[in-house]
Amino acid sequence: MHSTSTDCAVPVTTMPEQEAASTISARGLTRSFGGHIAVNDITLELRRGEVLGFLGPNGAGKTTTMHMLTGNLAPSRGEISICGIDLLEEPAAAKARIGYLPEVPPLYRELTVDEYLQLAAKLHRVPRARRGEAVGTAKQRCGLADAGRKLIGTLSKGYQQRVGIAQAIVHSPDVVVLDEPTIGLDPNQIRDIRALIRELGSAHSVILSTHILPEVEAVCDRVQIMHHGELVYSDTIAALKRFESGATVLVGLRRPPPPAELAALPGVAAADAVEPTLYRLQFAAGKDPTDALVKTAAARDWGLYQLKPAQTSLEDVFVHLTRREENQC
Amino acid sequence: MIVTIAGKELKTLFASPLAWVVLTMMQLIVGYAFLRRLDDFLQLQPQLAQMGSAPGVTELVAGPVFGTAAAVLLFAVPVLAMRLIAEERRNQTMVLLMSAPVSMTEIVLGKFLGLAAFLAGIVALTAVMPLSLAGVARLDYGMLAGLAAGLVLLAAAFAAVSLFVSCLTVHPVVAAIGAFATLLGMVLAGEAAGDGLRARGWTVAASLTQVFSPIKSFEPFGKGLFDSYAAACLVLLTAFCLALAIRQLDAQRLRG
Repeated sequence: MHSTSTDCAVPVTTMPEQEAASTISARGLTRSFGGHIAVNDITLELRRGEVLGFLGPNGAGKTTTMHMLTGNLAPSRGEISICGIDLLEEPAAAKARIGYLPEVPPLYRELTVDEYLQLAAKLHRVPRARRGEAVGTAKQRCGLADAGRKLIGTLSKGYQQRVGIAQAIVHSPDVVVLDEPTIGLDPNQIRDIRALIRELGSAHSVILSTHILPEVEAVCDRVQIMHHGELVYSDTIAALKRFESGATVLVGLRRPPPPAELAALPGVAAADAVEPTLYRLQFAAGKDPTDALVKTAAARDWGLYQLKPAQTSLEDVFVHLTRREENQC
Repeated sequence: MIVTIAGKELKTLFASPLAWVVLTMMQLIVGYAFLRRLDDFLQLQPQLAQMGSAPGVTELVAGPVFGTAAAVLLFAVPVLAMRLIAEERRNQTMVLLMSAPVSMTEIVLGKFLGLAAFLAGIVALTAVMPLSLAGVARLDYGMLAGLAAGLVLLAAAFAAVSLFVSCLTVHPVVAAIGAFATLLGMVLAGEAAGDGLRARGWTVAASLTQVFSPIKSFEPFGKGLFDSYAAACLVLLTAFCLALAIRQLDAQRLRG
C-alpha cells in the first residue's frame, strides 16, 4: 500500500510541513514509578521513512518508553507529538496514527485471523468501505493470506507474531512501534519479517526494539541505546560503523606467531587472541593493511585459513556504553 | 466504537465455553424453579378459585421464577465480568484497546454493554417460561414486563459492580470472588443497614442505603409494582460503578 501524508487515517488539524518533517517527536520524556525513575529525560525524533533501532539491556526502560509513545502509559513529565498532534492533548487523533506491537502480541485466541484483523481495523477507525481491503493488504504483507479463517489460538508462535504485526499495520499508520518483533521466529520467518520492516520503513516510520544487534545493523537507519532509563547513544548506523576508529578483522592462522608480532605489523593497531588460532586485528584509523597481511602470512608460512571482517561494530558500542555506565554506578 | 467493543465482548464470550455453561446452568435452575412453582400452583388452584381476589398465575409462578433468576445471576455475573478487564490485562490483550484511538469511557461502556446484552438474553429466556403458559392461562402481561424490566436493571447493576471490581486486579479469579463478595455484602449489609436506620427513624438515610442494596430495589418488581425510586436506585448504582471503573482505569494509565 502506498502511504503518503494524505492518507493518514484521520483527517484532523494537521500541519503538513511539520508532518513531513517528523512523524514522532518526544521531548524530555520522564516516567517514575513511586520513587524509582524508570525513564529519565528521553528525547526522540523520527522522520518519515526512517527505521529507528531502539537498544538497551533488559530493564533499561525500553518497554516503558514504548508504552508512553503509544499512549498506554502517561509520562510523568515531557511531551509527545505524533505527526504534529499532541498525544496527551488529543489522544484519539494521535493514536489513530500509531500501530503498536507490544512484547506479548495482544491476540484474542478465540477469534479467527480475519475476525481479529477486522476488529483491529474497526478499533482504529478504518472506514467500513476500506476495511476489507485494509485487512487483505495487511494479511498479504505479513504472509497470512491463507490463514484468514484459522483460529489464532491454533496458530504457531511465528504465525501469531505475524498476526500481531498485521494488527499494528492494518490501519496504515504513520508510525509503527514494534517491540521485539522477531522473537520466537525461525530463521526464514526472521528474514521475512526483516524484509517487511524495511518495506514498512520506506513509507512509514518504524521504531524497532530488539536485543539482536545484527538485526539493527541490517534494518535500521538510526540507532538509540538506552541504559538505566537514559539515552546514552543516538546516531545513524553509518556513523556507528565509524564509532570505533578503524575496522576490525578476524584472522585464522594455523601456525600463528606471537600476538606481539601481529600487532607490530604496519597499519595494525592491536591484536588479541579470540581462540588459540583466531585473532582479532584492529586496523589503525584510515589504514587497510589487508593486502600486506596476506602477503606476510604467506611469506612467513603462518597457514592463513580465514580472513573476515568482524561485524561487531554495534556490539562493541553497545557493550562499551552499557558496561562503562555500570562501572560508573 | 462502543458498539464495536460490545460486539467484540459478545463474540469472544460466545467463543468460550463459559457463556454456554452459564446459559445451561441458568436454564436448568430456572426451569426447575418454574416447574416446581407451576406444580404448587396447580395443587393450590381449587382453593384459589374460592377466594375473592386470589393472586393470579403471574404473581404466583412468574414472580418467584424471576426471583430465582436474580439469585442465580448473583453468582453468574461476577464470573462473566471477570473476563472484561482482569482477564484482558492478564492476557495482555488490553494493550490493543489502549493503543487504539478509543477513550477509556468508550472501553468501559462497550464492555458493560456487551455483558448487559448477554444478560438481557438471559432475562428473555427466563421470561419465555411463564410466557409458555399464555395459551392455557390468562397472564398479567404488565406485571411480566415489569418483572423483566426489573431483572434487566438488577442484572445491569450486578454487571457494573462486577466490572468495577474487575478493574482492581489482574487475577480473574480474584476479580470473580471479589465481585461476588461485594454483591453478597451489599445484599446482606444493605438490608440490615436500611432496617437499622429505619428503626431509629432516620428514613432519609435508610432510603439512601437502598442505592447500595440492589436486591431490595428488585423486590417491588416481584410484587407487580413499578417503583420509580427502586428503579432510580438501580440505575444510580450502575452509573456510579461505571464512573468508578473509568476513573480506576484512567488512574492505572497514570500510575502504571
